[in-house]
Amino acid sequence: MKKVLISVLMGSAMAVGASAASAATLDDVKAKGAVQCGVSQGLPGFSNPDDQGNWTGIDVDVCRAVAAAVFGDAKAVKYTPLSAKERFTALQSSEIDLLSRNTTWTMTRDTSLGLNFAGVNYYDGQGFMVRKSLGITSALELDGASVCTNTGTTTELNVTDYFRSHNMQLELVQFEKSDEVVQAYDSGRCDVYTTDASGLYAQRLKLTNPDEHVVLPEIISKEPLGPVVRQGDDQWFNIVKWSLFAMINAEELGVSSANVDEMKESTNPAVRRLLGLEGAFGEALGIPNDWAYQIVKQVGNYAEIFDNNVGPDTPLKISRGVNALWSNGGFQYAPPIR
Amino acid sequence: MAAKPHHSTGQTSTKGSIFNDPKVRGIIYQLVLVAGLVYFFWSIVQNAAHNLEKQNIASGFGFIENTAGFLPNQTLISLSATSTYGQALLAGLLNTLLVAVIGIILATIVGFVMGVARLSNNWVVSKLATMYIEIVRNIPLLLQLFFWYFAVLRNLPNPKDSSNLFGVFHLNNRGLFMPRPIFEAGSEAMLVALAVGIVGAIGVSIWARKRQVKTGQRFPAFWTGLGLIILLPVLAYFLSGRPISYDYAELKGFNYKGGMKVIPEFVGLTLALTIYTGAFIAEIVRAGILAVNHGQTEAAHALGLRNGPTLRLVIIPQAMRVIIPPLTSQYLNLTKNSSLAVAIAYPDIVSVGGTVLNQTGQAIEVIAVWMIVYLSISLLTSILMNWYNRSIALVER
Ligand SMILES: N[C@@H](CCC(=O)N[C@@H](CS)C(=O)NCC(=O)O)C(=O)O
Repeated sequence: MKKVLISVLMGSAMAVGASAASAATLDDVKAKGAVQCGVSQGLPGFSNPDDQGNWTGIDVDVCRAVAAAVFGDAKAVKYTPLSAKERFTALQSSEIDLLSRNTTWTMTRDTSLGLNFAGVNYYDGQGFMVRKSLGITSALELDGASVCTNTGTTTELNVTDYFRSHNMQLELVQFEKSDEVVQAYDSGRCDVYTTDASGLYAQRLKLTNPDEHVVLPEIISKEPLGPVVRQGDDQWFNIVKWSLFAMINAEELGVSSANVDEMKESTNPAVRRLLGLEGAFGEALGIPNDWAYQIVKQVGNYAEIFDNNVGPDTPLKISRGVNALWSNGGFQYAPPIR
Repeated sequence: MAAKPHHSTGQTSTKGSIFNDPKVRGIIYQLVLVAGLVYFFWSIVQNAAHNLEKQNIASGFGFIENTAGFLPNQTLISLSATSTYGQALLAGLLNTLLVAVIGIILATIVGFVMGVARLSNNWVVSKLATMYIEIVRNIPLLLQLFFWYFAVLRNLPNPKDSSNLFGVFHLNNRGLFMPRPIFEAGSEAMLVALAVGIVGAIGVSIWARKRQVKTGQRFPAFWTGLGLIILLPVLAYFLSGRPISYDYAELKGFNYKGGMKVIPEFVGLTLALTIYTGAFIAEIVRAGILAVNHGQTEAAHALGLRNGPTLRLVIIPQAMRVIIPPLTSQYLNLTKNSSLAVAIAYPDIVSVGGTVLNQTGQAIEVIAVWMIVYLSISLLTSILMNWYNRSIALVER
């Protein structure tokens, strides 16, 4: 009942909460002194609170980058944990300024929900996890399986499509919260746990015996995950978009949180533009000119946020793969700052 | 509406302006209030439509016809992967009704048994009932829901090690699998026989009551009726050449296929709702029984009635008048509480609606559907219970 109530409140907030969308989000954010950022309810590597309530993760770092750009202070973020189901309503009704919660960029979301995707901070795809003891090696052997997953996600749609197109029977068991999905899978309710591959690696850590489970080789969908804002506020959209691009460009230019101060001496014009030493790029966004310097200094470049949160030295042990820079054969590519 | 003034109306209306007539004034005030409310809601709708459009959010009910692309794990109507959002919502609604109806029946039984048990003279029985009531009423329903769901799940075996009964019932952590009857040509006879049986049973009970009033002789109407309802269709079954065959569930691959199945989510939800609401009903029943003067019991005993019949024939019928109104609100609570289903993957209207909301982004429309569904179910329940309440109310002669 509480969920219904929240949704009703959100709905009526949307109905009555007048022209919130057209108001400048940047002004609101400055007035509040913090970016209100919608994140997950706990997905290691992406957005996860520790026992003191400090949030970390690659999605959280996008929030922090925006705060660093606007305030020169990466800590000026307030987090709103959201289930997959709640996230878009929360953004539409202006409860949050920015949604950075492993959210897949799809056409419906981009067009009919009144939202804009500001880029991709992690290229993902949907995968399957099963018990090793089943002896299964391919997703095509899953005919008749029970599959546990989250409601309100692209996941449930992809898996239905996949089973249908391969003429396989499917029992889909859908929970609202990820923790229940993990528990139900762990207690044997389902043969298969499906979600974004990154999510599988993260959630596997929560199982009783992570080693007894394998992720199958098939990736059945494209899941470009990125930050989302409301339509109708181009300035705020630009700020979020370029905060992400700044981190990717910084990696490409070899600028990291460790060397950003030395790099101020660099003669490379691209580096000088990035760090706000030439041109007035911040001004054009309505924020200080050292915006990108603050991002790299306080949060890091893209390689750093990847390695710190999901990389090979973290429990998730994910390699760069398609998330490498375009110059290294991956998909990460940011338009130039000029 | 204002009461009629004492002095004659003809006199007052000639005296002052009609605004001094309390009746006219009352009507005007009400009209103004209604107009204000209409304007208020109209402007909310307008404002919402305007803002949705400005935010580029789709609106309207057109999405009902679009392909849903997901399948709830329990559907009472047959759905396919290409079914529409409308059909998915209907399936969700039926699932809500199913769990509400079964929950209400079971909770009523548990509640009456426990309410009477708490008043029992047997110390152990009454203390056990008290413990049940006090524990269950004081733990949030959501926790109980998780408890029962995962308690049920964790104690059930994998499909490969299912517990089997007679080789045709199979129980495992995917559900309870049963043979599904297939009605072939000729089975209409059984339906007719069933109808005849029911009519016969009603007839017998009316006749038996009349006879008892007239002659004082008792007749086992209940058992006769039950016999008619069961025996006639069975007879028809054999006479029409056994027109029912069964589709048995069989272990294939991951799980049992075919047959009928009851999913653990349904069991968990029904169990939690029954046990939770049953505790509240037990208290209502106890209060109702205590409200009947003790003299009634003594009088019944004095007439030679034993404890059972006293309770059944004297106390409960009178207690019902006190019990029904609060019982109605428990039924409404149970129905509304069933919306917690989404927590344990039971596909009720809120769960399915939530998925639809998320896939289409049409929050206002889906919330409107939820509100209409719960409002209709609640009003319907109230109407039925009020009707029942009137039919048993004291008739003063
Ligand atoms: N990327 C998909 C799925 C996102 C999703 O919700 N995944 C789950 C499972 S990995 C999750 O983030 N759970 C964490 C939580 O609920 O807090 C989408 O955008 O629809």
